[in-house]
Amino acid sequence: MSTIVLQLFIAGRTPRTERAIATLQQLITDRLGDYPCELVIIDVITDPQQAEERQIFATPTLIKESPLPQRRIIGDLADTEGLLTALNLPPVSMS
Amino acid sequence: MTVSTSTFPIAKLPTGITGFDHIANGGLPRGRTTLVSGTAGSAKTVFATQFLAAGIQQFNESGVFITFEESPDALRRNMVGFGWDIAAWEAQNKWAFVDVSPQPESEEIVRGAYDLGGLLSRITYAVARVGAVRVVLDSLGAIFARMENSQMIRSELLRIVAAMRRMGVTAILTAERTQEYGEIGRYGVEEFVTDDVVILRNPIEEEKRRRTIEILKFRGTSHQKGSFPFTVIPGEGVVVIPLSAIELKQRSSNLRMQSGNSDIDHMCGGGFFRDSVILVSGATGTGKTLMATTFLASGAAQGERVLLFAFEESRDQLFRNATGWGFDFEEYESTGQMRVICNYPESASLEDQLILMKKEIETFRPQRVAIDSLSALERVSTMKGFREFVIGLTSFIKHQEVVGLFTSTTPTLLGGTSITEAHISTITDSIILMRYVELFGEMRRGLTVLKMRGSAHDKEIREFMIDGHGLHIGKPFRTISGILSGQFIHTAPSEIERLGNLFKDDAGS
Repeated sequence: MSTIVLQLFIAGRTPRTERAIATLQQLITDRLGDYPCELVIIDVITDPQQAEERQIFATPTLIKESPLPQRRIIGDLADTEGLLTALNLPPVSMS
Repeated sequence: MTVSTSTFPIAKLPTGITGFDHIANGGLPRGRTTLVSGTAGSAKTVFATQFLAAGIQQFNESGVFITFEESPDALRRNMVGFGWDIAAWEAQNKWAFVDVSPQPESEEIVRGAYDLGGLLSRITYAVARVGAVRVVLDSLGAIFARMENSQMIRSELLRIVAAMRRMGVTAILTAERTQEYGEIGRYGVEEFVTDDVVILRNPIEEEKRRRTIEILKFRGTSHQKGSFPFTVIPGEGVVVIPLSAIELKQRSSNLRMQSGNSDIDHMCGGGFFRDSVILVSGATGTGKTLMATTFLASGAAQGERVLLFAFEESRDQLFRNATGWGFDFEEYESTGQMRVICNYPESASLEDQLILMKKEIETFRPQRVAIDSLSALERVSTMKGFREFVIGLTSFIKHQEVVGLFTSTTPTLLGGTSITEAHISTITDSIILMRYVELFGEMRRGLTVLKMRGSAHDKEIREFMIDGHGLHIGKPFRTISGILSGQFIHTAPSEIERLGNLFKDDAGS
């Protein structure tokens, strides 16, 4: 399948931000290891132009650019299981 | 020398919204966020948009519009009718949108805790980009509807309001209410976010919509109390009518103006005063329109500009009748001395009517204004609305160095007063009553000058006749009393003589 493209919009390095990043990185290594995966972290405080273009409202916001359909997940991504369903990604190979 | 700014009284930012700065004693508290709350359709978005538009047009102050509800495209389109070209201002970097309106193509899922840091950084960015002085957030209800965590939204709003204060911008935050009276906002938190609250209302009273605006609080600074009528008009936007804020400081002039009828001038002690308002009250057919016609024609004949607002008769009828009395209105109109505006009272709300009339007076700058009849306007409004209209119009006319003549139709043929009179009698400077008088099986007409502020006047009730040349004043009614009440009592001439003799004793001694 095509590369999974994820963009995480954060507002500065807050505990909430760190939690979101940690959860996301864990998900990528543990569950999406088989797929090519690209994660970009954008700080809206230093790059407000990006926030404006992507119409970011809440932070953290995770955007799944590809594969389509596009998805937006708001929040600090509490658990990996729920996140996987929310991202609507293919079932995980447990090999 | 530097002085701490905190010791200064709270400064105001003039909004440029017509009439609002008057009731706000100068404008919105500068550097703060004001909550503008109202029910659906109470013109919150128009008010907020106008705040930015007036800033650009009148003060060259840029603005940022944060929209939670309508898309920027819809706003650009909807506001063109008010003469606000938002797209052009965007191109000039005087206006910036922060679009937070719902995006139907992108699905949003909430997982865990979040804040509105994204929104705040976009606001900060937009304010810096256009150098904004004014900011609008429209509307709060849309954020609450979209996000479930109202506790989080409340604390985030406080953070945004605090950040805007640091930026030094003056902001308007709009919020929905579910009812005209009661809680300020739907979510019960809105008023805690800001120190300043303005309420827009659009209630139905006697089956008529009547918009009002009230400044509920401006913490630490003054404003006018109570609610004031306002209207929303194409090409202009919100126009607040600051009635009770009107001060009684109009000039008064000793200059007399001829009424067009020497008998009436004589009864009034030499004519009407300029800067005064004369009320002519009478039953239908007593000759009020003739009085107004004569009054205007006499002004026009002397080279003055005269203006007539007619709410009862069509232009053709008026002109035909004037011709019948020997006045050529068409001629006066062609020379630009006369302007006649005929419309049905139902054609506009009373607030709109007032603004229209003010505009006509301001552009035409007449020396004489007549309204025929004021009481026709009574039926399109509530009692309160009508009273405010009359006060607003009268005080405006008195500031314009004109003499105004209003006619008022009494509801009954004999005697009686109209609601108009009850509202207006203390405001007008002169009152002329025209009444039917039943005299031995015949209907005659009587006229009296009831009041003539600042002048002696004839106090008798005189008979008058109307013929092809106009109105002629005759002798006083000597043998009849109770004309004004409509309860006529005839007194025999011999009795009058006897009564007269009773008092003669004292006078003669």
